[in-house]
Amino acid sequence: MPDLVFIAIMVVTVGGALVALEAEEIVYGAIALAGSLFGVAALFFLLNAPYVAVFQITVYVGAVAVLIIFTVMLVRQEKWAKEVPPQSVARLAGILTAVAIAVSFGFAAAGSTILGTTTLINSVSFLQIGELISRNFAPILETLALVLAASIIGALTLSKVEREEDKK
Amino acid sequence: MNSLADFVVVSAILFAIGIYGLIVKRNALRMLFAVEIMINAANLNFVAFSQFLWNDAVGQTFVLFSIALAAAEAAVILAIVVVAYRLHQDVDVSELKSMGG
Repeated sequence: MPDLVFIAIMVVTVGGALVALEAEEIVYGAIALAGSLFGVAALFFLLNAPYVAVFQITVYVGAVAVLIIFTVMLVRQEKWAKEVPPQSVARLAGILTAVAIAVSFGFAAAGSTILGTTTLINSVSFLQIGELISRNFAPILETLALVLAASIIGALTLSKVEREEDKK
Repeated sequence: MNSLADFVVVSAILFAIGIYGLIVKRNALRMLFAVEIMINAANLNFVAFSQFLWNDAVGQTFVLFSIALAAAEAAVILAIVVVAYRLHQDVDVSELKSMGG
């Protein structure tokens, strides 16, 4: 049986995800998404992976969520608050697909014997993670740096405002 | 005690919610929310299996790369949303025909 802390975090995570998609006011949805991402970070702590959890908090809750909230405030419109509810057919199809996927995951997991394990056998320190990143996976790190630089340059180029004097 | 199955269940629920959001929502920002939720479900699954079944750092390292990649992706999508809003005053993906989609 999961303990109480786990259930509380699960409620925050799943509830936050649901509110993020269904909140009428999209700003509240963005804040709920930040809460859901924070819940996932708490689950990483429970999994004895503090380095990943802190990384999740700094990158997702600290950067991505704030970026999303600012964008939402930039492009928000009043009419979204009374967003037309999607046709019931589309909603039904979405719910059915989601349930079908969850059920198929359940069937896939039902025959498994490893899922009942309760002991965390992983005991790596962040020193080992750092060594792995900077030694074995150094090419991936370099590629990732290039991808990040390219995406930031792309984002800046896309959102550049052309001033009047530039056009002359 | 929490078992591996508990974490996998949370991950599956999050993934299903993300699929639902991608199918139903037509607002580009809501679809971005759905994608972020699904990426988080995948990362959670990855770390859970790594922590319960193997004693090495590869799983956690992989998730670190995945988080960084997801941040880059979010930045690009948000830039596209801002440009689309500037051009169309709306971010409904069924209205954005000029992208050729």
